[in-house]
Formats: sequence, structure tokens, C-alpha cells
Amino acid sequence: MEVKTGTWIEKKGLAQMLKGGVIMDVVTPEHAKIAEDAGACAVMALERVPADIRAQGGVARMSDPELILKIMDAVSIPVMAKCRIGHFVEAQILEAIGVDYIDESEVLTPADEAHHILKHNFKVPFVCGCRNLGEALRRIGEGAAMIRTKGEAGTGDVVEAVRHARAVIGEIRRLATMAEEELMSYAKEIGAPYELVKETKELGRLPVVNFAAGGVATPADAALMMQLGMDGVFVGSGIFKSGDPARRAAAIVKAVTHYQDASILADVSKNLGEPMVGRNVSQMPEAERIAGRGW
Amino acid sequence: MKIGVLALQGDFAEHIAMLKRLKVETAAVRLPEHLNGLDGLIIPGGESTTIGKLAVAYNLMEPLKQFGQRHAILGTCAGAIFISKDIGRDQPLLGLMDIKVQRNAFGRQIDSFETDLDIPELKQATGSDAPYHAVFIRAPIIESVGGDAKILASVPDGRIVAAQQGHLLATSFHPELTNDTRFHEYFLTLVD
Repeated sequence: MEVKTGTWIEKKGLAQMLKGGVIMDVVTPEHAKIAEDAGACAVMALERVPADIRAQGGVARMSDPELILKIMDAVSIPVMAKCRIGHFVEAQILEAIGVDYIDESEVLTPADEAHHILKHNFKVPFVCGCRNLGEALRRIGEGAAMIRTKGEAGTGDVVEAVRHARAVIGEIRRLATMAEEELMSYAKEIGAPYELVKETKELGRLPVVNFAAGGVATPADAALMMQLGMDGVFVGSGIFKSGDPARRAAAIVKAVTHYQDASILADVSKNLGEPMVGRNVSQMPEAERIAGRGW
Repeated sequence: MKIGVLALQGDFAEHIAMLKRLKVETAAVRLPEHLNGLDGLIIPGGESTTIGKLAVAYNLMEPLKQFGQRHAILGTCAGAIFISKDIGRDQPLLGLMDIKVQRNAFGRQIDSFETDLDIPELKQATGSDAPYHAVFIRAPIIESVGGDAKILASVPDGRIVAAQQGHLLATSFHPELTNDTRFHEYFLTLVD
């Protein structure tokens, strides 16, 4: 009997299992346990959360594999890890240690300013960031089996996450009204593979799971992204840079499940302690913004 | 006939789409009152720890156990874990089926696989004897079945990947991720 691994269905499928869930950034095995106990559907293992990468500056690289392995040992849920844009050797290393998903992430310093990783070459699935439909479909064309809107990581300001989610959803809505013969020029206009433009029109949604990311800090932020049509939420600095991470993490998990129930959202928003301090993206110099990384 | 899909976390939308293809009325279940008027329930794939915690937090454990006494339930992957009696570790379980389940039994994501299975019950229920193509994702196995639970399918090395106990079904794999509706059709034959 033939057994196939690393197939497109397998790669896309794990992301489908994460839907309706919260993926949390963690920097220690202890954080990972707190996240799992709070109901995270997966964790992102890294050395520094985006807010600290911003604060400390310097080159941000793949985390120490030893740290990632310790986090993999600490929890039973899937563990993701980040590599730099275009750094396919970091990706090979992450695949070799057995992470469940690789995030080719703009949060780290890009290793290639023209090319992303050819993700079809790997058995491990990849998630990539996007700001609009064209960028999402280019990444899927390269083999990303999951997409996340970029937002502006490490700010606690949801405005960019909303902008990017609205861009993707709005463009898919426009696509739905287009005639078949308009699709080729639209594909050219947004710089996306024609076949994926066609598939997106037929499905009425991205061909892979699409999470929100970058700036989600409260249960209300998370539910907002779900009501806008995202499949789930990444929370980076928003949990472990807040006053009571365990409580806030559990509240955001509940908010993603019950995102349409305002009375539950009110209940889980109570007494969460201090949120992360946050930075207002509109007052941030262009050079400090990271969502523009990616081509 | 109206079938609910537990929609706390996971790929519940895929199960709902599958049921719609079979022209079955569906409902998403997030709170105990959503079980009213349902004839059967599917517990989807997802993270069993997340689903368990949310079921506890919103007082779904007892209502789900009572629902399973009288109605058909299909648990896929995380759902098979949640419906079982024993998984050898401490997390919320419905304990409805006499099966012992081991989580992530085939390894991590890079070990996830697709393969064909021979499931005689599907042939009886649907008249088709084509092999059943099954998708396993960080899948659990059913280590053993007890009571009057019976084995429905195994992989070639003998590990159990589907079981039935009366009107309750558990699978390690994801019938909702292929275009083959036969497993859902079989489930619907168990609904009163």
C-alpha cells in the first residue's frame, strides 16, 4: 500500500486543523506551557518576541535550534519556528529538527531582497505573510500552505492587521464579480499566478488557510479579525508583554471561538490587567516598519 | 435530519461543507443550547487540548456526554481523542467510547501521510468497493478497543485507525479533507 508524506493536502491540512484557534509567540518552554494551558492551538518558538526585536535592533535571525527543541519537548501542540525571508538553509535546519510549520517571516531580517524560498522543495509546510491578494498568491505559488496577513508586528496596534485583512478580503470580493476574460489582466496587475487567481475566484476565498497577525493585543482585536473573515489569529508580543499573560491568552482563545457573541466577548475582556504598552504605527517612521519586507 | 458540528476550534467548516454536499441540514455547536434539536454530532479535527478546554469553560462536557448516550457522534482525529475513555494523559475527555487513544502516534508533521484503506463497512453502506483514501495529520492511533467497540480499519502494520461502538464512530484520519463522501454517508446511516 502506497504511503505518501509531505503532500500538498498534508501541508494545507495542518493549517486547516489550526483554524478557529490562536497561535502564540513563546520564547521559553515555560511560556509554551502557559500558552498550551490557555488553549493555544500551536506555538511559535523564537528567541525574542517582535516587540523586543524592535527595541533591541540588530540582525534578527533564526532562533537557536536547541531552544526550539526544548519548546517542542515541553508541549504536545504543533510548534512553528521562523526563518528569514529567502534563507533556505535556515529552513533546511528547521525542517531537520522536525518543526511542524516554518514561518518565512518579515519579522526577522531578510536574507534575500529579491527572492523568497521555493517552499515546494520542502516536506515541512510554510506560512508566509501578505499585505494584499497579489502577495498572498505569489507566496502560495512558491509553495506556502498557509497565509497570514502581516499587520505590523510588535506594536500592539491592530490598524495594519485590519488594513491587510481588508485588502485581501476586498480584492477577493472584487475578483468574484469579474468576468473570466478579465482574470489574466488582473493577474498581471496584482503580480499573481493566473491559475491561483482563477482558483481564488472559484473558491471565493484564498486556496489556503489565512490567519491574521501583527498587532493583535486584546480579545476584541482577535474577534475583530475573525469578524473581518480571517480563519484564526497569531498573537506575538501581545500576550507575554502584557501584565497577566495566562489570563489574557485564555481570554483571546475564547474570543476567537465566540467571536460573534458580544456578551461572551464582554465577559472575557474583563479584568485582564495591563495590555502591552504598544506603539502607534501612524507615528512610526517608515524605516521602522517591517511589513514592507517581502517581494 | 439535522447534524451539529462542534465548532469550538478546528476544521468544522470542512465537515459542514461535506454534510451540505450530502444535502443534510447542519448547525455549528459552541454552547450547550446549540445541541437542542440535533440528531447527530461531528467532533472535527483540530487541537484536542484546545477543544477540551473550551468545552470545559462553556459547560459542554455533561451535555455532550448525555447527547452521546442517545445520538450518533463521529469524532475525527482530535474528535476521536475527545470521544475516547483513555489517552494516558490528563486532559478533558468525554469518555463515551471504550477506546484507548495515543496522540501524535505517527510523529510530527513531516511524518503525516496519505494512504488507501480497506473499510468493509463502507462497501456495505454505499455499495462502492473502491479503496478509501485517508489523510492522516499528526494523527493519533487507537491503541486498543474494549467493551463492544469494534475495529473498522487498520493501517498495514496493524495499528487501528477507525473504530465503532454502536452509534459512535472514531477515526484517526480526516474524511472531511477529501472529496470522498462515503465515510460521512456511513455515519449518517447510524443516525436515528
